[in-house]
Amino acid sequence: MRSKSRSVLPGFGLSLGITCTYLSLVVLLPLTTVFTRTAELSGAAFWSTVTDPRVMASYRVTFGASFVAALVNTVFGLLVAWVLVRYRFPGRRVVDAMVDLPFALPTAVAGIALTTLYASNGWIGSYLEPLGLKVSYTWLGITVALSFIGLPFVVRTVQPVLDDLEVEVEEAAASLGAGRWQTFTKVVFPTVAPALLTGFALAFARAIGEYGSVVFISGNMPMKTEIVPLLIITKLEQYDYAGATAVALVMLVASFALLLTINLLQWAARRRAAA
Amino acid sequence: MTTAVLSRPAAAAPSPVTRATGETRWVRWILISVALGFLALVLVLPLVLVFVQAFAKGLPTYWEAIAESDALSAAKLTLLVAAIAVPANLIFGIAAAWCIAKFEFPGRHLLITLIDLPFAVSPVISGMIFVLLFGSQGWFGPWLAEHDIKIIFAVPGIVLATTFVTAPFVARELIPLMQEQGSEEEEAAIVLGAGGWQTFFRVTLPNIKWGLLYGLILCNARAMGEFGAVSVVSGHIRGETNTLPLHVEILYNEYAFAASFAVASLLTFLALITLALKTLVEWQQRRAMSNRAEPISPTERIAA
Repeated sequence: MRSKSRSVLPGFGLSLGITCTYLSLVVLLPLTTVFTRTAELSGAAFWSTVTDPRVMASYRVTFGASFVAALVNTVFGLLVAWVLVRYRFPGRRVVDAMVDLPFALPTAVAGIALTTLYASNGWIGSYLEPLGLKVSYTWLGITVALSFIGLPFVVRTVQPVLDDLEVEVEEAAASLGAGRWQTFTKVVFPTVAPALLTGFALAFARAIGEYGSVVFISGNMPMKTEIVPLLIITKLEQYDYAGATAVALVMLVASFALLLTINLLQWAARRRAAA
Repeated sequence: MTTAVLSRPAAAAPSPVTRATGETRWVRWILISVALGFLALVLVLPLVLVFVQAFAKGLPTYWEAIAESDALSAAKLTLLVAAIAVPANLIFGIAAAWCIAKFEFPGRHLLITLIDLPFAVSPVISGMIFVLLFGSQGWFGPWLAEHDIKIIFAVPGIVLATTFVTAPFVARELIPLMQEQGSEEEEAAIVLGAGGWQTFFRVTLPNIKWGLLYGLILCNARAMGEFGAVSVVSGHIRGETNTLPLHVEILYNEYAFAASFAVASLLTFLALITLALKTLVEWQQRRAMSNRAEPISPTERIAA
Protein backbone atom coordinates (compact mmCIF):
# COMPACT_ATOMS: atom_id res chain seq x y z
CA MET A 1 0.00 0.00 0.00
CA ARG A 2 2.65 2.48 1.02
CA SER A 3 5.28 1.23 -1.38
CA LYS A 4 4.41 3.74 -4.09
CA SER A 5 4.58 6.69 -1.73
CA ARG A 6 8.29 5.98 -1.37
CA SER A 7 8.36 6.64 -5.08
CA VAL A 8 11.35 8.48 -6.51
CA LEU A 9 8.97 11.09 -7.89
CA PRO A 10 8.99 14.46 -6.14
CA GLY A 11 6.13 16.82 -5.47
CA PHE A 12 3.84 14.63 -3.42
CA GLY A 13 3.65 17.04 -0.50
CA LEU A 14 3.26 20.09 -2.72
CA SER A 15 0.56 18.63 -4.97
CA LEU A 16 -1.40 17.05 -2.11
CA GLY A 17 -1.11 20.30 -0.18
CA ILE A 18 -2.44 22.40 -3.04
CA THR A 19 -5.22 19.90 -3.72
CA CYS A 20 -6.43 19.68 -0.12
CA THR A 21 -6.19 23.42 0.58
CA TYR A 22 -7.97 24.38 -2.63
CA LEU A 23 -10.65 21.73 -2.21
CA SER A 24 -11.27 22.76 1.40
CA LEU A 25 -11.52 26.47 0.65
CA VAL A 26 -13.40 26.39 -2.65
CA VAL A 27 -15.61 23.32 -2.25
CA LEU A 28 -15.85 21.87 1.25
CA LEU A 29 -16.01 24.98 3.44
CA PRO A 30 -18.80 26.56 1.35
CA LEU A 31 -20.73 23.28 1.29
CA THR A 32 -20.63 22.90 5.08
CA THR A 33 -22.70 26.08 5.41
CA VAL A 34 -25.73 24.11 4.20
CA PHE A 35 -25.36 21.75 7.16
CA THR A 36 -24.47 24.33 9.82
CA ARG A 37 -27.23 26.72 8.75
CA THR A 38 -29.82 23.95 8.84
CA ALA A 39 -28.57 22.85 12.25
CA GLU A 40 -29.67 26.24 13.58
CA LEU A 41 -33.27 25.18 12.92
CA SER A 42 -35.11 23.05 15.46
CA GLY A 43 -36.16 19.60 14.28
CA ALA A 44 -39.81 20.60 14.15
CA ALA A 45 -39.13 23.82 12.25
CA PHE A 46 -36.96 21.93 9.78
CA TRP A 47 -39.64 19.32 9.26
CA SER A 48 -42.43 21.83 8.72
CA THR A 49 -40.27 23.76 6.24
CA VAL A 50 -39.37 20.78 4.09
CA THR A 51 -42.87 19.27 4.16
CA ASP A 52 -44.75 22.52 3.50
CA PRO A 53 -47.41 21.90 0.79
CA ARG A 54 -45.77 24.29 -1.68
CA VAL A 55 -42.39 22.61 -1.12
CA MET A 56 -43.94 19.14 -1.44
CA ALA A 57 -45.56 20.21 -4.72
CA SER A 58 -42.18 21.40 -6.04
CA TYR A 59 -40.59 18.03 -5.14
CA ARG A 60 -43.30 16.30 -7.14
CA VAL A 61 -42.72 18.58 -10.14
CA THR A 62 -38.93 18.27 -10.02
CA PHE A 63 -38.66 14.56 -9.34
CA GLY A 64 -41.60 13.63 -11.60
CA ALA A 65 -40.43 15.62 -14.60
CA SER A 66 -36.80 14.51 -14.05
CA PHE A 67 -37.87 10.87 -13.94
CA VAL A 68 -39.90 11.09 -17.15
CA ALA A 69 -37.13 13.06 -18.88
CA ALA A 70 -34.51 10.51 -17.81
CA LEU A 71 -36.74 7.73 -19.19
CA VAL A 72 -37.07 9.56 -22.52
CA ASN A 73 -33.29 9.98 -22.53
CA THR A 74 -32.78 6.28 -21.83
CA VAL A 75 -34.93 5.16 -24.76
CA PHE A 76 -33.64 7.67 -27.31
CA GLY A 77 -30.12 7.66 -25.89
CA LEU A 78 -29.85 3.93 -26.50
CA LEU A 79 -31.23 4.36 -30.02
CA VAL A 80 -28.82 7.19 -30.85
CA ALA A 81 -25.85 5.32 -29.36
CA TRP A 82 -26.78 2.18 -31.31
CA VAL A 83 -27.13 4.04 -34.60
CA LEU A 84 -23.84 5.91 -34.06
CA VAL A 85 -21.87 2.77 -33.15
CA ARG A 86 -23.38 0.24 -35.53
CA TYR A 87 -24.26 2.04 -38.74
CA ARG A 88 -22.25 4.07 -41.20
CA PHE A 89 -24.01 6.99 -42.85
CA PRO A 90 -22.91 10.35 -44.24
CA GLY A 91 -22.45 12.98 -41.53
CA ARG A 92 -22.07 10.44 -38.73
CA ARG A 93 -19.07 12.23 -37.19
CA VAL A 94 -20.86 15.57 -37.16
CA VAL A 95 -23.92 13.98 -35.53
CA ASP A 96 -21.65 12.30 -32.98
CA ALA A 97 -20.08 15.66 -32.09
CA MET A 98 -23.49 17.36 -31.93
CA VAL A 99 -24.68 14.98 -29.19
CA ASP A 100 -22.58 17.00 -26.72
CA LEU A 101 -24.35 20.24 -27.60
CA PRO A 102 -26.42 20.27 -24.37
CA PHE A 103 -23.14 20.11 -22.40
CA ALA A 104 -21.65 23.02 -24.34
CA LEU A 105 -24.66 25.29 -24.79
CA PRO A 106 -25.23 27.66 -21.85
CA THR A 107 -28.42 26.60 -20.10
CA ALA A 108 -30.03 30.04 -20.37
CA VAL A 109 -29.69 29.91 -24.15
CA ALA A 110 -31.24 26.44 -24.26
CA GLY A 111 -34.01 27.74 -22.01
CA ILE A 112 -35.07 30.68 -24.16
CA ALA A 113 -34.68 28.70 -27.40
CA LEU A 114 -36.87 25.82 -26.18
CA THR A 115 -39.48 28.19 -24.74
CA THR A 116 -39.77 30.07 -28.05
CA LEU A 117 -39.85 26.80 -30.00
CA TYR A 118 -42.67 25.29 -27.93
CA ALA A 119 -44.71 28.45 -27.25
CA SER A 120 -48.18 28.40 -28.80
CA ASN A 121 -46.92 30.52 -31.72
CA GLY A 122 -43.57 28.72 -31.95
CA TRP A 123 -42.20 26.46 -34.70
CA ILE A 124 -43.21 23.30 -32.83
CA GLY A 125 -45.78 24.68 -30.41
CA SER A 126 -48.05 25.98 -33.18
CA TYR A 127 -48.42 22.40 -34.47
CA LEU A 128 -49.07 20.97 -31.02
CA GLU A 129 -51.58 23.61 -29.94
CA PRO A 130 -54.41 22.40 -32.26
CA LEU A 131 -53.88 18.91 -30.82
CA GLY A 132 -54.61 20.32 -27.38
CA LEU A 133 -50.99 20.00 -26.27
CA LYS A 134 -49.59 22.98 -24.44
CA VAL A 135 -45.87 22.60 -23.80
CA SER A 136 -44.36 25.95 -22.85
CA TYR A 137 -45.34 27.09 -19.32
CA THR A 138 -46.58 23.60 -18.38
CA TRP A 139 -45.23 20.46 -16.76
CA LEU A 140 -44.62 19.06 -20.25
CA GLY A 141 -42.30 21.98 -21.02
CA ILE A 142 -40.19 21.20 -17.96
CA THR A 143 -39.87 17.62 -19.17
CA VAL A 144 -38.86 18.78 -22.67
CA ALA A 145 -36.11 21.04 -21.25
CA LEU A 146 -34.83 18.30 -18.94
CA SER A 147 -34.81 15.80 -21.82
CA PHE A 148 -32.65 18.23 -23.78
CA ILE A 149 -29.97 18.63 -21.10
CA GLY A 150 -29.89 14.93 -20.11
CA LEU A 151 -29.48 13.33 -23.53
CA PRO A 152 -25.65 13.23 -23.73
CA PHE A 153 -25.38 11.41 -20.39
CA VAL A 154 -27.10 8.26 -21.68
CA VAL A 155 -25.51 8.33 -25.14
CA ARG A 156 -22.00 8.82 -23.76
CA THR A 157 -22.29 6.06 -21.13
CA VAL A 158 -23.82 3.50 -23.50
CA GLN A 159 -21.63 4.23 -26.55
CA PRO A 160 -18.34 2.73 -25.24
CA VAL A 161 -20.12 -0.41 -23.99
CA LEU A 162 -21.74 -0.97 -27.38
CA ASP A 163 -18.36 -0.33 -28.98
CA ASP A 164 -16.71 -3.05 -26.87
CA LEU A 165 -19.46 -5.57 -27.45
CA GLU A 166 -17.92 -8.55 -29.19
CA VAL A 167 -19.57 -9.43 -32.48
CA GLU A 168 -18.69 -13.09 -31.84
CA VAL A 169 -21.30 -13.32 -29.10
CA GLU A 170 -24.00 -12.05 -31.43
CA GLU A 171 -22.75 -14.40 -34.14
CA ALA A 172 -22.99 -17.31 -31.71
CA ALA A 173 -26.56 -16.34 -30.84
CA ALA A 174 -27.44 -16.04 -34.52
CA SER A 175 -25.84 -19.36 -35.41
CA LEU A 176 -27.77 -21.03 -32.59
CA GLY A 177 -30.92 -19.90 -34.32
CA ALA A 178 -31.78 -16.68 -32.47
CA GLY A 179 -33.54 -14.05 -34.50
CA ARG A 180 -32.17 -10.53 -34.63
CA TRP A 181 -34.70 -9.20 -32.08
CA GLN A 182 -34.11 -12.19 -29.80
CA THR A 183 -30.36 -11.61 -30.00
CA PHE A 184 -30.91 -8.01 -29.06
CA THR A 185 -33.16 -8.66 -26.07
CA LYS A 186 -31.28 -11.71 -24.77
CA VAL A 187 -27.66 -10.86 -25.58
CA VAL A 188 -27.11 -7.20 -26.36
CA PHE A 189 -29.56 -5.63 -23.93
CA PRO A 190 -28.36 -7.44 -20.75
CA THR A 191 -24.78 -6.35 -21.54
CA VAL A 192 -25.76 -2.73 -22.06
CA ALA A 193 -28.25 -2.61 -19.17
CA PRO A 194 -25.81 -1.51 -16.40
CA ALA A 195 -24.51 1.35 -18.58
CA LEU A 196 -28.07 2.28 -19.47
CA LEU A 197 -28.99 2.39 -15.79
CA THR A 198 -25.93 4.53 -15.02
CA GLY A 199 -26.86 6.89 -17.85
CA PHE A 200 -30.40 7.10 -16.51
CA ALA A 201 -29.12 7.92 -13.00
CA LEU A 202 -26.71 10.57 -14.34
CA ALA A 203 -29.43 12.22 -16.43
CA PHE A 204 -31.82 12.10 -13.48
CA ALA A 205 -29.22 13.57 -11.09
CA ARG A 206 -28.50 16.41 -13.50
CA ALA A 207 -32.21 17.04 -14.05
CA ILE A 208 -33.20 17.45 -10.40
CA GLY A 209 -30.70 20.29 -9.94
CA GLU A 210 -31.25 21.95 -13.30
CA TYR A 211 -32.30 25.58 -13.27
CA GLY A 212 -31.29 27.64 -16.32
CA SER A 213 -32.93 25.66 -19.09
CA VAL A 214 -36.11 25.05 -17.09
CA VAL A 215 -36.88 28.40 -15.54
CA PHE A 216 -37.94 30.05 -18.80
CA ILE A 217 -40.18 27.26 -20.07
CA SER A 218 -41.75 26.22 -16.76
CA GLY A 219 -44.05 29.18 -16.15
CA ASN A 220 -43.12 29.01 -12.47
CA MET A 221 -46.61 28.67 -11.01
CA PRO A 222 -46.44 27.75 -7.33
CA MET A 223 -47.96 24.32 -6.62
CA LYS A 224 -48.05 23.52 -10.35
CA THR A 225 -44.90 24.22 -12.33
CA GLU A 226 -42.49 25.43 -9.69
CA ILE A 227 -39.26 23.42 -9.54
CA VAL A 228 -37.24 23.03 -6.33
CA PRO A 229 -34.20 25.11 -7.47
CA LEU A 230 -36.53 28.02 -8.26
CA LEU A 231 -38.20 27.69 -4.86
CA ILE A 232 -34.77 27.89 -3.21
CA ILE A 233 -34.01 31.10 -5.12
CA THR A 234 -37.41 32.54 -4.21
CA LYS A 235 -36.76 31.85 -0.53
CA LEU A 236 -33.30 33.43 -0.78
CA GLU A 237 -34.75 36.53 -2.40
CA GLN A 238 -37.20 36.82 0.51
CA TYR A 239 -34.20 36.54 2.89
CA ASP A 240 -35.67 33.27 4.22
CA TYR A 241 -32.15 31.81 4.45
CA ALA A 242 -33.12 29.07 6.92
CA GLY A 243 -35.96 27.90 4.69
CA ALA A 244 -33.79 27.95 1.56
CA THR A 245 -31.04 25.98 3.28
CA ALA A 246 -33.44 23.39 4.68
CA VAL A 247 -34.86 22.66 1.22
CA ALA A 248 -31.34 22.74 -0.25
CA LEU A 249 -30.27 20.14 2.32
CA VAL A 250 -33.02 17.78 1.18
CA MET A 251 -31.87 18.21 -2.42
CA LEU A 252 -28.20 17.75 -1.48
CA VAL A 253 -28.99 14.50 0.33
CA ALA A 254 -30.97 13.30 -2.69
CA SER A 255 -28.07 14.22 -5.02
CA PHE A 256 -25.45 12.53 -2.84
CA ALA A 257 -27.59 9.39 -2.58
CA LEU A 258 -27.80 9.36 -6.37
CA LEU A 259 -24.05 9.92 -6.69
CA LEU A 260 -23.46 6.97 -4.36
CA THR A 261 -25.86 4.82 -6.39
CA ILE A 262 -24.08 5.76 -9.61
CA ASN A 263 -20.69 4.88 -8.11
CA LEU A 264 -22.04 1.53 -6.86
CA LEU A 265 -23.54 0.82 -10.29
CA GLN A 266 -20.26 1.54 -12.01
CA TRP A 267 -18.34 -0.52 -9.47
CA ALA A 268 -20.72 -3.44 -10.00
CA ALA A 269 -20.39 -3.11 -13.77
CA ARG A 270 -16.58 -3.13 -13.53
CA ARG A 271 -16.68 -6.23 -11.35
CA ARG A 272 -18.94 -7.96 -13.83
CA ALA A 273 -16.62 -6.99 -16.65
CA ALA A 274 -13.62 -8.31 -14.72
CA ALA A 275 -15.34 -11.60 -13.82
CA MET B 1 -20.73 -28.20 -49.46
CA THR B 2 -17.16 -27.74 -48.23
CA THR B 3 -15.86 -27.10 -51.70
CA ALA B 4 -18.52 -24.48 -52.21
CA VAL B 5 -17.36 -22.65 -49.09
CA LEU B 6 -13.71 -22.95 -50.06
CA SER B 7 -14.25 -21.81 -53.60
CA ARG B 8 -16.09 -18.67 -52.52
CA PRO B 9 -14.00 -15.58 -53.30
CA ALA B 10 -12.29 -14.22 -50.19
CA ALA B 11 -13.74 -10.74 -50.57
CA ALA B 12 -17.30 -12.01 -50.35
CA ALA B 13 -16.67 -14.11 -47.25
CA PRO B 14 -17.70 -11.58 -44.55
CA SER B 15 -21.10 -10.92 -46.06
CA PRO B 16 -23.03 -13.83 -44.43
CA VAL B 17 -21.48 -12.83 -41.08
CA THR B 18 -22.65 -9.24 -41.27
CA ARG B 19 -26.05 -10.44 -42.39
CA ALA B 20 -26.38 -12.71 -39.35
CA THR B 21 -25.54 -9.92 -36.90
CA GLY B 22 -26.87 -6.92 -38.76
CA GLU B 23 -30.37 -5.67 -39.38
CA THR B 24 -32.16 -5.83 -42.67
CA ARG B 25 -31.80 -2.75 -44.81
CA TRP B 26 -35.21 -1.32 -43.97
CA VAL B 27 -34.89 -1.82 -40.19
CA ARG B 28 -31.54 -0.07 -40.36
CA TRP B 29 -33.05 2.71 -42.43
CA ILE B 30 -35.91 3.21 -39.96
CA LEU B 31 -33.59 3.25 -36.93
CA ILE B 32 -31.26 5.79 -38.54
CA SER B 33 -34.16 8.03 -39.58
CA VAL B 34 -35.81 7.94 -36.16
CA ALA B 35 -32.52 8.71 -34.39
CA LEU B 36 -31.58 11.51 -36.77
CA GLY B 37 -35.12 12.88 -36.76
CA PHE B 38 -35.08 12.96 -32.96
CA LEU B 39 -31.71 14.71 -32.87
CA ALA B 40 -32.79 17.22 -35.50
CA LEU B 41 -35.87 18.04 -33.46
CA VAL B 42 -34.14 18.17 -30.08
CA LEU B 43 -30.70 19.57 -30.92
CA VAL B 44 -30.62 21.21 -34.33
CA LEU B 45 -33.94 23.04 -34.28
CA PRO B 46 -33.18 25.08 -31.09
CA LEU B 47 -29.80 25.95 -32.59
CA VAL B 48 -31.31 27.18 -35.85
CA LEU B 49 -33.98 29.07 -33.92
CA VAL B 50 -31.37 31.05 -31.96
CA PHE B 51 -29.81 32.41 -35.14
CA VAL B 52 -33.11 33.01 -36.95
CA GLN B 53 -34.51 34.95 -33.98
CA ALA B 54 -31.24 36.85 -33.56
CA PHE B 55 -31.41 38.17 -37.11
CA ALA B 56 -35.22 38.44 -37.20
CA LYS B 57 -35.13 42.23 -37.01
CA GLY B 58 -32.20 42.62 -39.37
CA LEU B 59 -28.49 43.07 -39.07
CA PRO B 60 -28.56 46.63 -37.60
CA THR B 61 -30.69 45.49 -34.62
CA TYR B 62 -28.38 42.54 -34.15
CA TRP B 63 -25.31 44.72 -34.18
CA GLU B 64 -26.92 47.25 -31.86
CA ALA B 65 -27.77 44.53 -29.34
CA ILE B 66 -24.25 43.15 -29.12
CA ALA B 67 -22.42 46.48 -29.36
CA GLU B 68 -24.57 48.12 -26.69
CA SER B 69 -22.63 49.16 -23.58
CA ASP B 70 -24.41 46.81 -21.15
CA ALA B 71 -23.80 43.89 -23.50
CA LEU B 72 -20.14 44.84 -23.84
CA SER B 73 -19.63 45.11 -20.11
CA ALA B 74 -21.39 41.74 -19.68
CA ALA B 75 -19.01 40.23 -22.23
CA LYS B 76 -16.04 41.78 -20.44
CA LEU B 77 -17.18 40.40 -17.10
CA THR B 78 -17.72 36.94 -18.60
CA LEU B 79 -14.19 36.97 -20.00
CA LEU B 80 -12.76 38.23 -16.71
CA VAL B 81 -14.52 35.52 -14.69
CA ALA B 82 -13.30 32.79 -17.05
CA ALA B 83 -9.78 34.28 -17.00
CA ILE B 84 -9.64 33.79 -13.23
CA ALA B 85 -11.66 30.59 -12.71
CA VAL B 86 -10.11 28.56 -15.53
CA PRO B 87 -6.39 29.04 -14.62
CA ALA B 88 -7.21 28.46 -10.93
CA ASN B 89 -8.88 25.16 -11.75
CA LEU B 90 -6.07 24.29 -14.13
CA ILE B 91 -3.49 24.47 -11.34
CA PHE B 92 -5.82 22.61 -9.00
CA GLY B 93 -6.49 19.94 -11.63
CA ILE B 94 -2.81 19.32 -12.34
CA ALA B 95 -1.93 19.18 -8.62
CA ALA B 96 -4.82 16.83 -7.87
CA ALA B 97 -4.02 14.54 -10.79
CA TRP B 98 -0.31 14.46 -9.88
CA CYS B 99 -0.83 13.34 -6.29
CA ILE B 100 -3.70 10.96 -7.05
CA ALA B 101 -2.26 9.31 -10.16
CA LYS B 102 1.42 9.14 -9.25
CA PHE B 103 1.22 8.19 -5.56
CA GLU B 104 -0.66 5.74 -3.38
CA PHE B 105 -1.98 7.10 -0.11
CA PRO B 106 -4.91 6.39 2.19
CA GLY B 107 -7.98 8.45 1.34
CA ARG B 108 -7.17 8.60 -2.36
CA HIS B 109 -10.60 7.38 -3.39
CA LEU B 110 -12.31 9.73 -0.96
CA LEU B 111 -10.38 12.60 -2.54
CA ILE B 112 -11.58 11.62 -6.02
CA THR B 113 -15.19 11.58 -4.78
CA LEU B 114 -14.77 14.99 -3.10
CA ILE B 115 -13.38 16.50 -6.30
CA ASP B 116 -16.52 15.33 -8.10
CA LEU B 117 -18.87 16.91 -5.55
CA PRO B 118 -19.57 20.18 -7.40
CA PHE B 119 -21.04 18.16 -10.29
CA ALA B 120 -23.60 16.64 -7.95
CA VAL B 121 -24.71 19.96 -6.51
CA SER B 122 -27.48 21.99 -8.13
CA PRO B 123 -26.17 25.25 -9.64
CA VAL B 124 -28.61 27.15 -7.45
CA ILE B 125 -27.19 25.56 -4.30
CA SER B 126 -23.66 26.26 -5.60
CA GLY B 127 -24.54 29.94 -5.60
CA MET B 128 -26.46 29.80 -2.34
CA ILE B 129 -23.53 28.47 -0.30
CA PHE B 130 -21.52 31.59 -1.12
CA VAL B 131 -24.41 33.78 -0.03
CA LEU B 132 -24.44 31.83 3.25
CA LEU B 133 -20.70 32.45 3.63
CA PHE B 134 -20.30 36.03 2.48
CA GLY B 135 -23.83 37.48 2.33
CA SER B 136 -24.96 40.15 4.79
CA GLN B 137 -26.38 37.43 7.07
CA GLY B 138 -23.55 34.99 6.29
CA TRP B 139 -20.64 33.71 8.38
CA PHE B 140 -18.26 36.43 7.25
CA GLY B 141 -21.00 38.97 6.48
CA PRO B 142 -20.54 41.29 9.49
CA TRP B 143 -16.74 41.24 9.19
CA LEU B 144 -16.91 42.03 5.45
CA ALA B 145 -19.37 44.87 6.08
CA GLU B 146 -17.05 46.31 8.72
CA HIS B 147 -14.16 46.34 6.28
CA ASP B 148 -16.33 47.53 3.41
CA ILE B 149 -15.63 44.51 1.21
CA LYS B 150 -18.37 43.35 -1.13
CA ILE B 151 -18.34 39.75 -2.35
CA ILE B 152 -21.98 38.89 -2.86
CA PHE B 153 -23.80 40.95 -5.52
CA ALA B 154 -20.32 41.85 -6.77
CA VAL B 155 -17.65 40.43 -9.04
CA PRO B 156 -15.75 38.32 -6.41
CA GLY B 157 -18.92 36.33 -5.66
CA ILE B 158 -19.43 35.58 -9.35
CA VAL B 159 -15.81 34.44 -9.66
CA LEU B 160 -16.10 32.22 -6.56
CA ALA B 161 -19.39 30.59 -7.63
CA THR B 162 -18.02 29.96 -11.14
CA THR B 163 -14.79 28.50 -9.73
CA PHE B 164 -16.80 26.14 -7.51
CA VAL B 165 -18.99 24.95 -10.37
CA THR B 166 -16.08 24.37 -12.78
CA ALA B 167 -13.58 22.95 -10.24
CA PRO B 168 -13.77 19.28 -11.30
CA PHE B 169 -13.34 19.65 -15.08
CA VAL B 170 -9.55 19.55 -15.50
CA ALA B 171 -8.91 17.16 -12.60
CA ARG B 172 -11.51 14.72 -13.86
CA GLU B 173 -9.96 14.63 -17.30
CA LEU B 174 -6.36 14.26 -16.07
CA ILE B 175 -6.74 11.72 -13.24
CA PRO B 176 -7.79 8.71 -15.38
CA LEU B 177 -5.38 9.71 -18.15
CA MET B 178 -2.36 9.96 -15.83
CA GLN B 179 -3.35 6.79 -13.97
CA GLU B 180 -3.40 4.94 -17.26
CA GLN B 181 -0.02 6.31 -18.32
CA GLY B 182 1.66 5.26 -15.07
CA SER B 183 4.81 6.92 -13.79
CA GLU B 184 7.57 4.85 -15.42
CA GLU B 185 8.61 7.62 -17.78
CA GLU B 186 8.82 10.19 -14.99
CA GLU B 187 10.75 7.76 -12.79
CA ALA B 188 13.20 7.17 -15.60
CA ALA B 189 13.70 10.92 -16.03
CA ILE B 190 14.31 11.41 -12.29
CA VAL B 191 16.75 8.49 -12.15
CA LEU B 192 18.60 10.02 -15.09
CA GLY B 193 19.03 13.19 -13.05
CA ALA B 194 16.21 15.47 -14.19
CA GLY B 195 14.71 17.83 -11.65
CA GLY B 196 11.07 17.68 -10.58
CA TRP B 197 9.85 20.63 -12.66
CA GLN B 198 12.02 19.61 -15.58
CA THR B 199 10.43 16.16 -15.47
CA PHE B 200 6.98 17.66 -15.35
CA PHE B 201 7.48 20.06 -18.25
CA ARG B 202 9.55 17.74 -20.46
CA VAL B 203 7.97 14.33 -19.77
CA THR B 204 4.54 14.63 -18.17
CA LEU B 205 3.18 17.70 -19.94
CA PRO B 206 3.79 16.43 -23.50
CA ASN B 207 2.04 13.18 -22.55
CA ILE B 208 -1.03 14.82 -21.06
CA LYS B 209 -1.32 17.89 -23.30
CA TRP B 210 -4.39 16.73 -25.23
CA GLY B 211 -6.25 15.61 -22.14
CA LEU B 212 -5.33 18.87 -20.47
CA LEU B 213 -6.59 20.90 -23.41
CA TYR B 214 -9.79 18.87 -23.45
CA GLY B 215 -10.43 19.61 -19.78
CA LEU B 216 -9.63 23.30 -20.31
CA ILE B 217 -12.08 23.62 -23.20
CA LEU B 218 -14.92 22.08 -21.19
CA CYS B 219 -14.02 24.12 -18.11
CA ASN B 220 -14.00 27.34 -20.11
CA ALA B 221 -17.33 26.61 -21.81
CA ARG B 222 -19.00 26.04 -18.47
CA ALA B 223 -17.30 29.05 -16.86
CA MET B 224 -18.57 31.37 -19.59
CA GLY B 225 -22.02 29.81 -19.77
CA GLU B 226 -22.85 29.25 -16.10
CA PHE B 227 -26.23 30.66 -15.22
CA GLY B 228 -27.84 29.25 -12.06
CA ALA B 229 -24.98 29.72 -9.61
CA VAL B 230 -24.04 33.13 -10.98
CA SER B 231 -27.67 34.23 -10.98
CA VAL B 232 -27.89 33.71 -7.20
CA VAL B 233 -24.75 35.70 -6.31
CA SER B 234 -24.79 38.39 -8.99
CA GLY B 235 -27.62 40.69 -7.94
CA HIS B 236 -28.24 41.44 -11.65
CA ILE B 237 -26.83 44.96 -11.64
CA ARG B 238 -26.78 46.06 -15.26
CA GLY B 239 -23.39 47.07 -16.57
CA GLU B 240 -21.75 45.89 -13.34
CA THR B 241 -22.53 42.34 -12.25
CA ASN B 242 -24.18 40.95 -15.36
CA THR B 243 -22.50 38.17 -17.25
CA LEU B 244 -23.56 37.30 -20.80
CA PRO B 245 -26.01 34.53 -19.78
CA LEU B 246 -27.60 36.88 -17.21
CA HIS B 247 -27.83 39.62 -19.83
CA VAL B 248 -29.69 37.18 -22.10
CA GLU B 249 -32.16 36.54 -19.28
CA ILE B 250 -32.75 40.23 -18.54
CA LEU B 251 -33.36 41.11 -22.19
CA TYR B 252 -35.68 38.12 -22.60
CA ASN B 253 -37.70 39.06 -19.53
CA GLU B 254 -38.01 42.61 -20.90
CA TYR B 255 -39.50 41.10 -24.10
CA ALA B 256 -36.51 42.38 -26.09
CA PHE B 257 -36.46 39.00 -27.86
CA ALA B 258 -34.35 39.93 -30.89
CA ALA B 259 -31.69 41.51 -28.67
CA SER B 260 -31.83 38.60 -26.24
CA PHE B 261 -31.31 36.07 -29.02
CA ALA B 262 -28.57 38.24 -30.53
CA VAL B 263 -26.57 38.00 -27.31
CA ALA B 264 -27.55 34.32 -27.03
CA SER B 265 -26.16 33.76 -30.53
CA LEU B 266 -22.71 34.80 -29.25
CA LEU B 267 -22.92 32.13 -26.55
CA THR B 268 -24.22 29.61 -29.08
CA PHE B 269 -21.29 30.40 -31.33
CA LEU B 270 -19.01 29.78 -28.35
CA ALA B 271 -20.71 26.41 -27.79
CA LEU B 272 -20.19 25.43 -31.44
CA ILE B 273 -16.52 26.39 -31.28
CA THR B 274 -16.24 24.35 -28.09
CA LEU B 275 -17.74 21.31 -29.82
CA ALA B 276 -15.44 21.70 -32.83
CA LEU B 277 -12.32 22.06 -30.66
CA LYS B 278 -13.42 19.15 -28.51
CA THR B 279 -13.84 16.91 -31.55
CA LEU B 280 -10.45 18.00 -32.87
CA VAL B 281 -8.76 17.28 -29.55
CA GLU B 282 -10.46 13.88 -29.26
CA TRP B 283 -9.12 13.04 -32.68
CA GLN B 284 -5.59 14.17 -31.77
CA GLN B 285 -5.78 12.29 -28.50
CA ARG B 286 -6.70 9.07 -30.27
CA ARG B 287 -3.82 9.60 -32.67
CA ALA B 288 -1.40 10.27 -29.82
CA MET B 289 -2.64 7.15 -28.03
CA SER B 290 -2.08 4.93 -31.05
CA ASN B 291 1.41 6.42 -31.46
CA ARG B 292 2.16 5.73 -27.81
CA ALA B 293 0.97 2.17 -28.20
CA GLU B 294 4.01 1.48 -30.35
CA PRO B 295 6.47 -0.49 -28.27
CA ILE B 296 9.01 2.08 -27.14
CA SER B 297 9.30 1.26 -23.46
CA PRO B 298 11.07 3.70 -21.14
CA THR B 299 13.89 1.21 -20.66
CA GLU B 300 14.45 1.10 -24.39
CA ARG B 301 14.46 4.86 -24.48
CA ILE B 302 17.14 4.96 -21.79
CA ALA B 303 19.17 2.32 -23.61
CA ALA B 304 19.00 4.31 -26.83
